[in-house]
Amino acid sequence: MALAIEIAGIQKRFALRHTRSLKETVLWLLKGRKGDLSKTFPALNDVSLTVEEGETVALLGFNGSGKSTLLKHISGVMLPDTGTVRTRGRVAGLIEVGAGFHPDLSGRDNVFLNGAILGMSEKDIHRQFDSIVDFAEIGEFIDTEVRFYSSGMYLRLAFSVAVHTDPNVFLIDEILAVGDEPFQRKCISKIKELAEAGKTLVVVSHDLDLIAQICRRGIVLEKGRVVHDAPVAEAIAHIRRQ
Amino acid sequence: MTAVSGEPEGPAQAELRVPGRGAGLRDVARHRFLLKLLVDKEIKVRYRGSVLGLLWSYVKPGVQFIVFYIALGIFLGLEQSDRNPDGLPNYAIYLFSGIVLINFFSEALGNASRSIVGNSGLIKKIYLPRELFPVSAIWVSGVHFLPQIVILVVACLFTGWSPSVLQLIVAVVGFLIAALIATGLGLIFGAINVYYRDAENLVDMLLMVATWASPVLYSWEMVRRQLGDTALSIYMLNPLTVSVETFHYAFWLPTTDQQFELPPGFLPVWLPVALAVALFTVILGQYLFRRLEGRFAQEL
Repeated sequence: MALAIEIAGIQKRFALRHTRSLKETVLWLLKGRKGDLSKTFPALNDVSLTVEEGETVALLGFNGSGKSTLLKHISGVMLPDTGTVRTRGRVAGLIEVGAGFHPDLSGRDNVFLNGAILGMSEKDIHRQFDSIVDFAEIGEFIDTEVRFYSSGMYLRLAFSVAVHTDPNVFLIDEILAVGDEPFQRKCISKIKELAEAGKTLVVVSHDLDLIAQICRRGIVLEKGRVVHDAPVAEAIAHIRRQ
Repeated sequence: MTAVSGEPEGPAQAELRVPGRGAGLRDVARHRFLLKLLVDKEIKVRYRGSVLGLLWSYVKPGVQFIVFYIALGIFLGLEQSDRNPDGLPNYAIYLFSGIVLINFFSEALGNASRSIVGNSGLIKKIYLPRELFPVSAIWVSGVHFLPQIVILVVACLFTGWSPSVLQLIVAVVGFLIAALIATGLGLIFGAINVYYRDAENLVDMLLMVATWASPVLYSWEMVRRQLGDTALSIYMLNPLTVSVETFHYAFWLPTTDQQFELPPGFLPVWLPVALAVALFTVILGQYLFRRLEGRFAQEL
């Protein structure tokens, strides 16, 4: 099996307080850079891990443990201060569904825009278009502006686009399931289908029961460090003990 | 890692690559489809819910033109007439050809400077070549520029316009210079704006200066008359001056008796210089943008 993701000793510090004005920065420079312009804390601290192709990995941990930050490093949205991240093939994220949606465009326009944003080619989108609309159960509303959608319709369409992007590595942040009960079941079975098709999944969620169904491996993060890396049942047990 | 490289791999499963490190503006060319969609979106969304819609693209420069024409052409005596033989012939055309170009530049640079912060929702969540946003802002401005150039050409035709092929080519180069400068500066200010929102205001000020520091409202000869040849050379170093002058050369000059002269050395010296400055601006913009983009997601 080939590696899908390789993370080697990455470190990421975040500023606690931002100095937004030019004036403050200039003063800071004039004073001979005395003191830190902003305080920092480590969001990720010496994180190393590898994920094989076809693995299903859950990132677990409490709020602020660095799960989402790690996911952003894998997707390339953030770059580490030190260390390296490497990925193989196309990486796409179900990260905050609908980030690329524009309320003033029709559902159809948004499918194209969001599909392209998530890395689909024009041909891919044309080929998958009907399937996307069917899965979302949007039907005739596809040519209505998205602003008039119910929040459920909006999320279903966004989710549907995302699961049709067909990347090699899927990053999923807190949105395993959207919409009403039946659609949630559909979402989850779709994700399981992706896992069975050999896609690499990296999932962040607080829904431990759901994670146990989907992932095989669990990585527990605590204050930006990997503290536990084991089969998912063990990792969940580790989290529940705390 | 060595074991990995030996395995047979499909086309989709290339090497292990570092995510989030794009090829800059070259990536934009590779994402043409997405660029087109982003431009379409901007154009569809722009005048949504307004009664006049796309007509605003005509009304705004139209009003601006009338105000300038009355204030400068008539009151300040820039228009040539029987009572004012020292003025510029066809001042209306002179004025409008400069205004359309400077309007394009202003809109392009202004929107490009705001494009990164404006798309923060996307930039924070999904990795895309971020250059797409400034470039699409420039492109949108180009689309808005088209109807204005149509009006200009119609107005020119009414006043006996007969340009040479050279003049038309020069105008295209002039437009390219403005677009490149806007792209380069748009990359720089768009990136800085993420860290310091002061950049937006700086750009607004810069654009005000740009309107007056290039011969949009007056003629370059006034600069020489008032300040001399050395000052004129410095003045000509501004690529926007050259860009505006190419439009005068292509659109206004052929509607006159062609007595008006171009600045000395315009075609052999200043045009290539401006093009070089414009290209350098893009390279510098790209360089600074890439230096700064690494922290966009956390700063936005």
